[in-house]
Amino acid sequence: MGQAVMKDATAGATVVALPGAKTDAKHGVVPLPAATRKPLSQRLLPALRAVLVNVLPPLLTVLLIALFWQIAASGPQSSLPPPTKIWEEAKDLIVEPFYWAGTQDIGLGWRILVSLERVAIGFSLAAIVGVLLGALVGQSIWAMRGLDPVFQVLRTVPPLAWLPLSLAAFRDSQPSAIFVIFITAIWPVIINTAVGIRNIPQDYRNVAQVLRLNHVEFFFKIMVPSAAPYIFTGLRIGVGLSWLAIVAAEMLTGGVGIGFFIWDAWNSSRLSDIIVALIYIGVVGFFLDRLVAFVGTIVTRGTLTN
Amino acid sequence: MSYLKIDHVDKTFQRGATSTNVLKDISLDIVKGEYVSVIGHSGCGKSTLLNIIAGLTPITAGAVLLEGKEVRDPGPERAVVFQNHSLLPWLTVYDNVALAVNKVFGGRKTKAERHDWIMHNLDLVQMAHARDKRPAEISGGMKQRVGIARGLSMEPKVLLLDEPFGALDALTRAHLQDSIMQIHATLGNTMIMITHDVDEAVLLSDRIVMMTNGPSARIGEVLDVRLERPRKRLDLVSDRTYIAAREAVLKFLYERHRFVEAA
Repeated sequence: MGQAVMKDATAGATVVALPGAKTDAKHGVVPLPAATRKPLSQRLLPALRAVLVNVLPPLLTVLLIALFWQIAASGPQSSLPPPTKIWEEAKDLIVEPFYWAGTQDIGLGWRILVSLERVAIGFSLAAIVGVLLGALVGQSIWAMRGLDPVFQVLRTVPPLAWLPLSLAAFRDSQPSAIFVIFITAIWPVIINTAVGIRNIPQDYRNVAQVLRLNHVEFFFKIMVPSAAPYIFTGLRIGVGLSWLAIVAAEMLTGGVGIGFFIWDAWNSSRLSDIIVALIYIGVVGFFLDRLVAFVGTIVTRGTLTN
Repeated sequence: MSYLKIDHVDKTFQRGATSTNVLKDISLDIVKGEYVSVIGHSGCGKSTLLNIIAGLTPITAGAVLLEGKEVRDPGPERAVVFQNHSLLPWLTVYDNVALAVNKVFGGRKTKAERHDWIMHNLDLVQMAHARDKRPAEISGGMKQRVGIARGLSMEPKVLLLDEPFGALDALTRAHLQDSIMQIHATLGNTMIMITHDVDEAVLLSDRIVMMTNGPSARIGEVLDVRLERPRKRLDLVSDRTYIAAREAVLKFLYERHRFVEAA
């Protein structure tokens, strides 16, 4: 019975062929047209467009600034070198960041790496101690009353003002520079962590209480993830400040860092070298900031939305 | 001896020089396996009462005894299903339940047993399919299901439900009420539920505790709901006992203890 009906239906139905598709009329099957891939040019075009939209404006701005600079610094009375002169004088620094021709004649890449190493040590210490102290201040009302005023005063002390003290205490330039980084970066980490912890919803605390989480479990399972967006705001500000401080600290402590390079260049009147170094510092600082922000977005994924 | 005994509990909140008496002389005996609802107008302190049983709010006077032992602190034997689910947004559904299971059974069950227990509880609330989703990716009703699974997974002596379905739409709420009834029938848990929904209270409860308006809220009446279990929502609509119980609660709430402040 059922079969008969089916036959009828097949006989009566008109088979519509899709354009471009071969129709197997005997079985009444219409094969779907094979998925055609768009030509490469069509797929690449939007991507290319997006890149251009983002890259072209800053590129144009830089070119305009360089042009203006070139005109302004070209006169015979000019005290600063124009871009063309910088290219002539400091070409080796720009083209070869990693050359090595003696202990003080090295590429800027190496110098940046040395400075970055100091920042990495000082900033990591600041991040660990800052989060712990911030947790204490955020969690305990008495710790906040006792410590917060002290922090508020100390955080306004400029980084370099710490340097003489730390030189006296450590009697060595390397730990002193690291200490300056540490003391500069720690305040925003402490303050933001404390705010993040004070903002942990009571609900999460209730869950922790019902589960009888101990202090360590509460710290790692509730506090840190819940306050992570705040912590990363503090870390991002902190890494920016560290990079500001390292250059100044290295100018005074010497060694092979990028800061000392600038000071050294100034003493031997190599203005072109200084300008190249400034650009290096700016670009690296930018990438440091983006790096911390990037890690932050990965770690805090899901924390912000509820 | 009663399973859970609330013995002359008073609660006064102190803020500076002013003190507000929220609960006055609350006494209640709850039998093992009983489903008790606490109903009252908003602000009558019913959530405070639940928090006191949970141990989250300290008592001013009186005591709460579970199996004859006084409880003062929160603990997993009095698991709470919170009004706003309170799932941790950075953990998946599975990990939210796992947090509770690993803490409560960490020393007593092996890793495999704990995994099975987590999945068993997710199955109970029909949420096993969403084990790898984060709370932000599931609906409000599903979040509350996970909240219930987390509560049940602690194998509590008493499960405390704080307006568990309050934030849900009517259809989702009905689904969850059915789930809770089924779970209660299967596991025989002792449950205390705070609600402001009369139908919900009558449908689910063995007893309904009606609170007077605050401040100094007391237990006004306790109503026994003598309805056969398993209860079926549709059959009850025309059931005499159901209608009478519903009427009694409504009369209490809207005749004798009308909420004056609500305009």
